[in-house]
Amino acid sequence: MLDVAIAYNRYRFLGNEFLTWLWYTLENRSAQLAKIDADLSALEIGNRMVLENRRSEGVETITIKGDDAGLEEGLLALRKGALVTEMNLIYRSGDNTWQFNIKGESLNLSSFKTPETAGTQTQEDIEGAVLEKIFLYEKVILFIEGAFRHFVRLRISENWDKNNITQIKQWINKAS
Amino acid sequence: MGLLSQSVSITRYRVQGQLEEPVLESIARALKRHAVLDIDNDAAEKSCGWTSFENPFAPVFEGSNQLFGSYMVFSLRIDKKNIPTKILKKHFSIEETKRLAASGRQFFSRNEKKLVKEEVLHRLSLRIPATPHIYDLIWNYEGGKLWFFSNLKAANEELEALFTESFKLSLIRMFPYTAAEMDADLSDLERDRLSQISPVNITGLT
Repeated sequence: MLDVAIAYNRYRFLGNEFLTWLWYTLENRSAQLAKIDADLSALEIGNRMVLENRRSEGVETITIKGDDAGLEEGLLALRKGALVTEMNLIYRSGDNTWQFNIKGESLNLSSFKTPETAGTQTQEDIEGAVLEKIFLYEKVILFIEGAFRHFVRLRISENWDKNNITQIKQWINKAS
Repeated sequence: MGLLSQSVSITRYRVQGQLEEPVLESIARALKRHAVLDIDNDAAEKSCGWTSFENPFAPVFEGSNQLFGSYMVFSLRIDKKNIPTKILKKHFSIEETKRLAASGRQFFSRNEKKLVKEEVLHRLSLRIPATPHIYDLIWNYEGGKLWFFSNLKAANEELEALFTESFKLSLIRMFPYTAAEMDADLSDLERDRLSQISPVNITGLT
């Protein structure tokens, strides 16, 4: 294994490519995500997305915020060579909804909200509430781990250049 | 940030290695040995250690106290005294004036000033209570997974150092490289490919 600090910087692009692929996949191949997680009913882009373009001399950052914000600017940024570096996602399973931010470079989760749980009054309630929360956090974490695993295998496969990149580019071209 | 909060941040880790059996006792022993120390009546400016999830200000680490189902749940507590610069400046100035008057001198050398500042800081540290910062964690010992409820760099670094020192286990943060390397079930050939990949233009059309 590489030194952690070196590996973090050297492979941050992999997380950003993952988020970009995830956007493409949820828009175009949602069945693929359902295969990764059978409990998933829908995965949607939430109220925030950050993209970064490092292809030009400086670094250009584009932030899209708001519940009803359109993603046209994001697609335009992709067209210019940007990648998604952070996004807010809505994960739905049955009647329940989870919402969270995920960062490409670290895969850290933040502003992570689970479906509502019952309050706690007694000592027994606390143990129940903790276990319920663990179960709810785990749903999204397992999904992210599964999706990332799937992406990595695609990314290092020989088909990545031939098929996947072409398909992503076609989507951007058609959508923007 | 509390794991029962409405909105949380999570950093994921893998834990490698085994503890001495019985595991629960080993964990309780390590937590007790590295429990957070109260510094309110102490000159120390910072204290970092383990505390209990349910009673962060009166932790008890016995046997299965931190066991919830099959998960270990406890917290990292970092107590810090934040002495505002203006207060430090004020007390330093008072002390310096007093000492100059007593010695009949016009000014102090840089080293003397430094010593006065350290003394003032020490005295203020005894009077100012520490602000506690509590970060919960969930440790799935069997699965070798740990979730830490903060994305703050400083808190994660404290966790990594204290965890390694307390349990003598390896704690590996999951970010793109480590997640790919450890979590994607790659063959040796695939690992080789992973080591060779570099950014490509996956989006730009020109």
